[in-house]
Amino acid sequence: MTDKKDKPAPKMEERLYQNRYQVDEGRSHVQIHQQNKGDSPELQAMTDLCPAGCYRLNEAGRVEVVADGCMECGSCRIVCQSTGEIEWSYPRGGYGILFKFG
Amino acid sequence: MTDHFDAIVVGAGPSGNAAAYVMAKAGLSVLQIDRGEYPGSKNVQGAILYSDALERIIPDFRDSAPLERHVVEQRFWMLSEKSHTGAQYRSDDFNEEKPNRYTILRAQFDKWFSKQVRAAGAILITETTVKDLVKNDAGKVIGVLTDREGGPIFADVVVLAEGVNGVVGQRAGLRPEIKPNHVALAVKETHFLPEETIRERFNLAGEEDGVVIEVIGSVSSGMVGTGFLYTNKESISIGVGCILSDFAQTRVPPYELLDRFKRHPSVAPLLKGAEMKEYVAHLIPEGGYDAIPTLTGDGWLIVGDAGQFVNAVHREGSNLAMTSGRLAAESLIQLKAEGKPVTNENLKLYRDKLADSFVMKDLKKYRKVPHLLERNRQLLTTYPSALNRAFQSFLRVDGVDKRTKEAEALRDLKKARGGWLRMASDLFKVARAWR
Ligand SMILES: Cc1cc2nc3c(=O)[nH]c(=O)nc-3n(C[C@H](O)[C@H](O)[C@H](O)COP(=O)(O)OP(=O)(O)OC[C@H]3O[C@@H](n4cnc5c(N)ncnc54)[C@H](O)[C@@H]3O)c2cc1C
Ligand code: SF4
Repeated sequence: MTDKKDKPAPKMEERLYQNRYQVDEGRSHVQIHQQNKGDSPELQAMTDLCPAGCYRLNEAGRVEVVADGCMECGSCRIVCQSTGEIEWSYPRGGYGILFKFG
Repeated sequence: MTDHFDAIVVGAGPSGNAAAYVMAKAGLSVLQIDRGEYPGSKNVQGAILYSDALERIIPDFRDSAPLERHVVEQRFWMLSEKSHTGAQYRSDDFNEEKPNRYTILRAQFDKWFSKQVRAAGAILITETTVKDLVKNDAGKVIGVLTDREGGPIFADVVVLAEGVNGVVGQRAGLRPEIKPNHVALAVKETHFLPEETIRERFNLAGEEDGVVIEVIGSVSSGMVGTGFLYTNKESISIGVGCILSDFAQTRVPPYELLDRFKRHPSVAPLLKGAEMKEYVAHLIPEGGYDAIPTLTGDGWLIVGDAGQFVNAVHREGSNLAMTSGRLAAESLIQLKAEGKPVTNENLKLYRDKLADSFVMKDLKKYRKVPHLLERNRQLLTTYPSALNRAFQSFLRVDGVDKRTKEAEALRDLKKARGGWLRMASDLFKVARAWR
């Protein structure tokens, strides 16, 4: 299963559409501290690695995060721990992802 | 609410619920705190529930717990691009009065477990994130700080049942940050189908009977990882997980891996027509014995995933979580009865109980497996695909004589691995890690 020619995957919005969230408006629990020298390979990898597709490249080619779909897995926190680019905490109690089945 | 408890339990997953239940039953004053809207709303599992660990805590759990199906058949698949080679074990013995394994949906199961914990007398506050631990001048943990208004809450001991990320323990400096090669990132979807359809597709006699499938091989695209497919009453749980550092290196998006698994010709017919109703992601501690952090200190101890208590080889975690929670509770009950303070020294009791249990014994047994797989990816790639090729050649009737076919299969295997010596060495390494 190494093919890249597969049918395009369903869009992330469609995949997350069924999930329940309690979004804490205006308080993102994941933030990027951009480094002047550019984004680390670890942070760049997050654009593929984040299971909720929260990390994207902006027009300037820099990595951005929009954590509304975040499932709070903690992967970005662990992968980027040594680069210091990510500030991560759990959402306030009661906010964030709400699994129906888990 | 009093502001001093015998114990504060951080987290209401299986480990925290087990600890809180056992302590509350014994009459200790217990405060349990969970950040979810309800216990389970942040939690993910495959999910297979192992009866034994829960039975030792709540013997009659079958009367009220939300169980999906009991497992009558286990399949193991070695996947390659278009095929799978498998083994399966089904037995009517599994249709016993008290079945040994069930499939569950964690969000619902955790809610049920939490209800039992509260009935036993523990106080639960949800929608509350523990931000930090409070220590006294001597460095002993004496309470917690939450994101609710009001000051710290105090207790004789804080039980850290906070799950794999272990953020509270880390921020308080009790443990190091997790390494990317010590956790697997898993993604999973729940696909709904009518109950009878599941019964027919999996050849099941009753609506209580279930099948679980564990998968290795091309499902992980060369990374260290596995896939799974479990039958629930009216849904199928399907997921795949690989070591986080492998994802970071290959940059294969986890959901693409899952989509390829779903499209596999052996899998697609099982899911046909199903409606996907949830997509989840969660980490699994898979560093094994050598990744276990310091488990106790003055006024605190760690249970469950926070302690890396997962047996990745056997796909067991929730039972290690419940067992460590129960053993921690029993230790704390004993210390209280003897009037001893909860110091690191006195918590040797918990460390000893753990060491004596299957939790540590199994983790120790498979201590070398994570390193083995990290350094020997061929075990999850070369062999499954060579085996699938051999089976195809063996089964295909095409005028080639059998002896030639056998010789070809062996030559193919030797070529794939680059020589017999390498294969012998692989075998030796596996045998050694397994012992
Ligand atoms: C995809 C997948 C499949 C799995 N399959 C199986 C399986 O089939 N069988 C099996 O036995 N195991 C399986 N496991 C492992 C199993 O899910 C875990 O071992 C188990 O959930 C660990 O329980 P726990 O109580 O230690 O942690 P968790 O279940 O993670 O619970 C931690 C709790 O703490 C709360 N919390 C965390 N931080 C805070 C904070 N700061 N403040 C307040 N609350 C907090 C969370 O809300 C959560 O409720 C699987 C895991 C995954 C991800
Ligand atoms: S915690 Fe997980 S889901 Fe959330 S942004 Fe980080 S990688 Fe993505």
